[in-house]
Amino acid sequence: MSELVVEVNNLSRSFGKTKALDCVDFQASRGKVYGLVGANGAGKTTLIKHMLGLMRAKSGTVRIFGEDPVQNPQGVLKHIGYLSEDRDIPDWMSIDELMRYTGAYHSSWDQGYADELLETFTLDPNKKISSLSRGMRAQVALISAISHRPDLLILDEPSSGLDAVVRKDILNAVVRTISEEGRTVIFSSHLLDEVERLSDHVTMIHNGRVTLDSSLELINNSYHYSSIRFENTQTTAPELTDAVIVSGDGRFWSVIHHGSVEPFHDSIENLRGEIVESRNATLEEVFVSRASRRNGSHPIATEVGK
Amino acid sequence: MNITINTKDGVPIYRQIANQIRYMVASKLLKPGEEISPVRTLALALNVTPNTVVKAYDELAAAGVIFKRRGAGTYISDEQSPLADRERQRIIEARIDTLLAEAHQLDFNAEDLLDLVRERQLQLDAKKQTEKTAAENLDE
Repeated sequence: MSELVVEVNNLSRSFGKTKALDCVDFQASRGKVYGLVGANGAGKTTLIKHMLGLMRAKSGTVRIFGEDPVQNPQGVLKHIGYLSEDRDIPDWMSIDELMRYTGAYHSSWDQGYADELLETFTLDPNKKISSLSRGMRAQVALISAISHRPDLLILDEPSSGLDAVVRKDILNAVVRTISEEGRTVIFSSHLLDEVERLSDHVTMIHNGRVTLDSSLELINNSYHYSSIRFENTQTTAPELTDAVIVSGDGRFWSVIHHGSVEPFHDSIENLRGEIVESRNATLEEVFVSRASRRNGSHPIATEVGK
Repeated sequence: MNITINTKDGVPIYRQIANQIRYMVASKLLKPGEEISPVRTLALALNVTPNTVVKAYDELAAAGVIFKRRGAGTYISDEQSPLADRERQRIIEARIDTLLAEAHQLDFNAEDLLDLVRERQLQLDAKKQTEKTAAENLDE
């Protein structure tokens, strides 16, 4: 199961003066679900476009199933299902026409599966794509991305701009795809709840750099949130061991900390503080803490709230 | 199975699933020998990756709470009693820890707490009794 489906090494990409990707390494192994998170403009879509061969690597390498997607687009793309951020499917076709058109490109196209999904989403195959609502459009785009039963499914913001019902349908179809043995899914999202539910592994991109790349389990277990009460008012953010983000004022402070808890607890005791509440950090808290690290080389950054 | 996932308190999802199944077993909502939802069904119902459900089931199987019949589903283990007792203990201890921590914040000590628990039980019993009498009067 350790077979690598995606291998991105040292990939950099600039648009003018903007560094969209800066020495990015990313790997995906077979059968797992990868959540790609980051603020708008962080570089998620640029990374995805490189994986699809839509952009050529200027420096660094991209290998999908061991092949270069720019050199061998047919060989790579037939194994990939892709849902773009803008769901760019031709407006002038009917749903049925789009299915036949997309199906013609894929020898593994499963019309039965496509029909089943159309029925699940209660979509009328005779409808013109231009007449569809945003949610229906996303559903159609998803069906055309997964009906050839790809080994690798790449979804760029699959649920952005969708209402709760359609989102649930879409995620359900994704879960179904995942549960088919051996399929790999990479999806970008800024809905962290969704990422936490669906992924085995989370990669955070911030300003073109990978700031966190770890299994969800490890993230859950290595980041903690503690709320602390000090005996005396702290005029500046207290210096606590392994703290990533410190916020609060007066005697009450909230801290996101990383790693083992003993040194952290000792540092609180030294400042005559007491832990009021402690728990694992949520993905959202981890995300905020990684995104606000102004410089990756500083092990401890303090960010004072308000 | 009625499982709810909360992504707001930092508890890993597989652990939430495992804990809720343990709870359902300890509280007899799930009975020995009963079949539980297949991985895929539960994954779809909760909209989580099947790998997460697999992880939860593996943990429960290792603890002897459930067992898998090859190709024939997953069931609640028959011999629950010693384990269910330990589980009940664990669940109530977790609640007590929370209560103690909160009591400490509000400046109650363990003795105060015990008194309050007894007093509260008496009040609840009295309330139940009044309701029962009221219902009986209504019946007549």
